[in-house]
Amino acid sequence: MTQLPGLLDTEAIRKDFPALDRVIHDGKKLVYLDNAATSQKPRQVLDALTEYYERHNANVHRGVHVLAEEATALYEGARDKVAEFINAPSRDEVIFTKNASESLNLVANMLGWADEPYKVDHETEIVITEMEHHSNIVPWQLLSQRTGAKLKWFGLTDDGRLDLSNINEVITEQTKIVSFVLVSNILGTHNPVEAIVRRAQEVGALVLIDASQAAPHMPLDVQALQADFVAFTGHKMCGPTGIGVLWGRQELLEDLPPFLGGGEMIETVSMSSSTYAPAPHKFEAGTPPIAQAVGLGAAVDYLNAIGMENIARHEQAITEYAVKRLLEVPDLRIIGPVTAEDRGAAISFTLGDIHPHDVGQVLDEQGIAVRVGHHCARPVCLRYGIPATTRASFYLYSTPAEVDALVDGLEHVRNFFG
Amino acid sequence: MYQEVILDHYKHPHGRGLRDGDAEVHHVNPTCGDEITLRVKYDGTRIADVSYEGQGCSISQASASVLNDLLVGKDLAEAQKIQGAFLELMQSKGRIEPDDAMEEILEDAVAFAGVSKYPARVKCALLSWMAWKDATAQALGESEPAERKSA
Repeated sequence: MTQLPGLLDTEAIRKDFPALDRVIHDGKKLVYLDNAATSQKPRQVLDALTEYYERHNANVHRGVHVLAEEATALYEGARDKVAEFINAPSRDEVIFTKNASESLNLVANMLGWADEPYKVDHETEIVITEMEHHSNIVPWQLLSQRTGAKLKWFGLTDDGRLDLSNINEVITEQTKIVSFVLVSNILGTHNPVEAIVRRAQEVGALVLIDASQAAPHMPLDVQALQADFVAFTGHKMCGPTGIGVLWGRQELLEDLPPFLGGGEMIETVSMSSSTYAPAPHKFEAGTPPIAQAVGLGAAVDYLNAIGMENIARHEQAITEYAVKRLLEVPDLRIIGPVTAEDRGAAISFTLGDIHPHDVGQVLDEQGIAVRVGHHCARPVCLRYGIPATTRASFYLYSTPAEVDALVDGLEHVRNFFG
Repeated sequence: MYQEVILDHYKHPHGRGLRDGDAEVHHVNPTCGDEITLRVKYDGTRIADVSYEGQGCSISQASASVLNDLLVGKDLAEAQKIQGAFLELMQSKGRIEPDDAMEEILEDAVAFAGVSKYPARVKCALLSWMAWKDATAQALGESEPAERKSA
């Protein structure tokens, strides 16, 4: 077995993840390399979900009975855990949503309905990048169409990084919001936050960071990032689906208007008007995803027990090894940085003229789960002149042996279609 | 699912390339980015030619090649019968085991029976067939939009 410096004890960790034990297609051991899409769930998270439903299930807030108080304490306890996990100055800055897409849409809609100085209108500009997930493109296209604001973006360099050479022309005095991804889900690129934030602050623009591919993999400190909003999702970091997070600076959450109206987000309601609860409740209309928040809290505990620094080091080692081994495969072209420097553990590639769907299907027949397609980042495929990519993405339980299995699998694909 | 006959059509497609036609359509499979541009040429109700260009996975491209084999030279009614049989096979979720009667109608296309077990790939196999149906409707005078997504 290949030993690399910095690896976690994956043998012990993998015992926590029942799905990793699956044997598929007549005796093939599952090699799960689709972690950028969603992670597998440890027993600790599954148990937390079951225990919540079996013992504490009730609607949160305002209930005066035991179960309601327990459910509320668990739900709000999860908020405390998430706040600490991202080093938020206050727990009230953590808004639970259903996923990162909803978090990003929420910010776009807060700004869409805001008064000055936040108001986005035909005289203002919105800035994104060409490597965004569709969830950080389409909400801004919608906002731009509805308000007349101009949508601008940073382009990409040939080696898969942001082209910031024209940063002063892209981010201008007219810019109201700059929204960009911390780690790209398709290229794997880890973007330079500081340069972008500095320029945004110069012109008084707000900064929203999509940390969906960062929060599961490395320490996330919203204060160090100096952003105004940070969005991420629970299911990529060992949590359940249906729970996402939007962190926002307190004064902004106080100033900006709510988007969804309903129960929980109000202070008083009369037939003609309402006043709103303070954040975060102002942005959490209706019964929230309670069990899912509790599950996310358990995921945070799980990741903390292993240590985010240790997870980052493990993935750095695996990524370095995977890049090196993949580049040995003839006709394989990595789409994105070809070194492990400033990159995450998602690696996209093409394999000669073989269509990624065929690559993915033949890998699946060997028990290897990868993702194929445009990964909800079609502009990136257009930029590099390819219809789609195959993407292998790693996590805390990935092993060098799984990288080897992928490389062997790709050899088989080449022979099959060769 | 990758029958030898599918790989053969993929590597050596029949009738590929765009030629003169009465109508042209462009269909895409948005989930995986398969694309096809397809033209039909009718001689009355007889299919004189189906020509196409495209890019995509082996299933989508091989299916277009098989379509060309099966439909060119046929009368429209016969072609619609073949298209119906192929659609039924692809929607069978692997439950139809092609018999001699089916093979009589579908010839090489029975090789796609295995694809019907993979929901994500059925659209790849049907892409060119939906494009042909659309192009035919246009060529024979029914008004249909020139570009739309295959369902």
